[in-house]
Amino acid sequence: MIKAKNRLGLVFFPAFDWAISPTHPEREERLLYTQDQIFEEGIEDIEGIKFYNPIIAEEKDIERVHFPVPDVKSRVTQSHLISVGGAIIAFQAIMKKEVDKSFALVRPPGHHAHRVVYGDRGFCVVNVEAVMLERIRQEYDDLRVAIVDTDCHHGDGTQDIYWNDKDTLFISFHQDGRTLYPGTGFIEEFGGPAAYGYNVNIPLPPGTGEEGFLYVLDNVVIPILDEYKPDIIINSAGQDNHYTDPITNMNFTAQGYAKLNDRLNPDIAVLEGGYSIEGALPYINLGIILAMAGIDYSKVHEPDYNKEKLKQPKDITEYIKQISELVYKRWKIKDDLRLKEFKGYNYVDRERQIYYDTDGILENQVQRFKVCKKCSGVNTIDSSSDRGYHIFAITIPRDACSKCIDEGYKLYKNTSTYYSNVYLQDRVNDKYYFK
Amino acid sequence: MIVGLDMGGTNIDGVIIEDGRVVKRVKKPTNRDGLFESIWITLGELLSGYDKYKIDRINLSTTVSTNAIVESKTSPVGMIIQSGPGMPYDFLACGNENVFISGYIDHRGEVIEGFQISEIEKSIRLFKEKNIDSCAIVTKFSTRNPKFERNIKEILEKDFSPITMGHTMSGKLNFPRRVYTSYLNSAVHNTFNDFSNNIRKSLEREGIDAPIFILKADGGTMNISTAEEKPVETILSGPAASFMGINAMLPTNEDAILLDIGGTTTDIFFLADGVPLFEPLGIKIDKYNTLVRAIYSVSIGLGGDSSISIENSKIKIGPRREGIPYAFGGPKPTPTDAMIALGLIKEGNKEAAHNSMATLGTKLNITPKDMAKLILENMGDIIKDKVDELLYVINSQPVYTVKELLYGKKIEPKLINIIGGPANVLASILEKKFNLPCYFPKDYHVANAIGAALAKPTTEINMVANTSQGVLSVPELELYEKISRNYTVDKARKRAMELIKESALSLGATKDEIEAEIVEENSFNMVRGFYTTGKNIRIKAQVKPGLIHELRSDMND
Repeated sequence: MIKAKNRLGLVFFPAFDWAISPTHPEREERLLYTQDQIFEEGIEDIEGIKFYNPIIAEEKDIERVHFPVPDVKSRVTQSHLISVGGAIIAFQAIMKKEVDKSFALVRPPGHHAHRVVYGDRGFCVVNVEAVMLERIRQEYDDLRVAIVDTDCHHGDGTQDIYWNDKDTLFISFHQDGRTLYPGTGFIEEFGGPAAYGYNVNIPLPPGTGEEGFLYVLDNVVIPILDEYKPDIIINSAGQDNHYTDPITNMNFTAQGYAKLNDRLNPDIAVLEGGYSIEGALPYINLGIILAMAGIDYSKVHEPDYNKEKLKQPKDITEYIKQISELVYKRWKIKDDLRLKEFKGYNYVDRERQIYYDTDGILENQVQRFKVCKKCSGVNTIDSSSDRGYHIFAITIPRDACSKCIDEGYKLYKNTSTYYSNVYLQDRVNDKYYFK
Repeated sequence: MIVGLDMGGTNIDGVIIEDGRVVKRVKKPTNRDGLFESIWITLGELLSGYDKYKIDRINLSTTVSTNAIVESKTSPVGMIIQSGPGMPYDFLACGNENVFISGYIDHRGEVIEGFQISEIEKSIRLFKEKNIDSCAIVTKFSTRNPKFERNIKEILEKDFSPITMGHTMSGKLNFPRRVYTSYLNSAVHNTFNDFSNNIRKSLEREGIDAPIFILKADGGTMNISTAEEKPVETILSGPAASFMGINAMLPTNEDAILLDIGGTTTDIFFLADGVPLFEPLGIKIDKYNTLVRAIYSVSIGLGGDSSISIENSKIKIGPRREGIPYAFGGPKPTPTDAMIALGLIKEGNKEAAHNSMATLGTKLNITPKDMAKLILENMGDIIKDKVDELLYVINSQPVYTVKELLYGKKIEPKLINIIGGPANVLASILEKKFNLPCYFPKDYHVANAIGAALAKPTTEINMVANTSQGVLSVPELELYEKISRNYTVDKARKRAMELIKESALSLGATKDEIEAEIVEENSFNMVRGFYTTGKNIRIKAQVKPGLIHELRSDMND
């Protein structure tokens, strides 16, 4: 029998009894054919691949990352807690050294879930990777982490959560926001005042294929990671860049995904989107599993794979080269850019309108980041939704100085009942309050 | 009147059961070079004085296939394997000649690309050059569409026999296991058929025309003609016989731990609400993972005759047996010696046992009596640790639904049933360690033969009904039938129950003894674009192992 070169932890939780609605892309059937492929290939019998069941995450885990409105119970279901729990146990298996790497094939997905949660957007309510990571940071250590989001949609939720955290580098490459939901993820979105340059977006044109994705990986992502030197690399492994995906316009392949994973060499991969459930997912997931386990994946390909047909046009290749050059240049001069952008500011505001497509909710919010010399700075969100809530949320970041901690508590105490809900997330003492 | 025979590595046990009572028992040493003769001698002695015409059935647990595999005395097999894209496949080369052919079928059962006739012609040449008669053909996803396996079999049929087709082995998805299972099935075919022909002829000669059943690793039986076609199903039936024996003598409907403590090893089994726990996919034999359905059993090197030594001030029991106990003239102290020294067993040389405990005891500065007690405690600990470890693994088997994860069945043993030599002594120790009641029968000596005798036909089917394609398939029955677009889960469930009952009847079951049930049932809406195109229904049904009838409680005298 085959032996894995890397010990791989696999959480395969298809949630066969969970759907957003019967015909929604996020329905019971989504991972059925992936399961068939995994079973038929005999992945269960590979020496060195260990299967784990999800644990059930706790409310407290959600409160480290999100401000669900009005509270966790009203917004987060057991299914979400299990999806996150699957990712947590995958990460724990690595920290306990039971395995070298992990892949959490869990659903529902999470990378569109922002800090404030009024409901479901982009099929996401809870940011799986962020909740997982903050739990591990709480249990173990303040790890330096890079999250590389390879979903076709911009990982706007993850970007929001780590906007001002330079210990969590976020890199997302995705179909250009001018052509696809959620309409964000441009190069200029570069991070908050304490982490300017640590939020890297690489918007790609529709029609990008193997060549383009691997070019971006080799020429932007990997050089940045080499310089950043993370303790852990997390891959938000969305699979909707595939040429058969029904809701996107890219030309990526199972072979390409496997190569990407192989070169990126993440410690943990977490499934995000991907809705070509028969023609793509079984092969992409197999490719990723084999790549992570260090097993030859060169024979993995789709039934209708046609290399010639999927060849990337020259103009796209050229465009991608230019974008890559620009992004990497900005990364190199990020400190200068930060000075230019924020010099002399005591507070930096970020104003946004957020649409919850799945639940049809509109939110307006202003985030305010304190510019602090000693830490990332206490920050607040003033947010209202068309469902009648107007909330105020305060976050004391993990690295907060004593002054910022005091300021956070003072703000919480003094914020008037003018708001429908007031929250305080104290990440230094791992506390969460709301009134 | 039922005759039960169990061929073990050391002994052949035979029993006659009449009206739920064991009326005769025989134990004979196994002659490894003449398995058939050993059976014949045992059967002859067993039946002397009994009316042959009254035999309703003969249930036989045999090691011929198992031995052939572990001793590498199987027939050479030519393998034709179609692996398609996916995993590397070199490791699947298990036959004496292996031809990997082109083409493939995908997970939907759609033919994506055909194989080349020239590849089959080449295989025929290669097999003939090597004088190979037995073949197996396995294609990836053949359970979803057996077309290629059938086509190739047609081509090979005039030159080769037996030919095993992968999809007939099991409806479960696992290509490597399907390859190995098919290989083994062809590899042991001649060995088993020689054996069965001998049995048939001899019985005929003796004027016995009772139906013959062969025990399977899942604790059930099949008639001998089915076994001749699927001889791989006869492997590793020994532990199943002992499992069924424990169940016959100590029936329960609870979650339970079952232990068979022998001279060399202890076999561990589990019951969930009185139903045996199975291997999730199939049993492993030699280096091969198979799809052969089997009772979950784990054997550890710990028994009454395990040799004991002191290493770094710690007691080490087993895993080896180096001979009979010291008190019987053996080389090393054993748990049996500890029991003799404590007066818990009345046989053997008590003084020798005491001396062996004294020798060990001096190394730990304790009295011989304390030494003996410590050994038994230690034995209890080893069993407890192993059982706990297994329960942890069993209770963390992957689940795939929110409901199962939140409310799924966890095995929480309520009692322990033990058989074997040291059972009565260890029962009180294990009772304390586990804090669970322990039960043991008065007489366990022919438990395996009783288990074999009372086992009844079992079977399993894996059904997929795809209303979008309009196909219902049950690979293990070679059934692929058309269904309408509005086929429902209810219809599928009914059909599965019909089919599983038919299947049990074809294995020789009688109507009133079939206990059929649906084990798993899933139905998925298939949506393409924004429209529901059909349903993908998956049902697993089984006839679970059970006893032909209960043993009368007065058998234990």
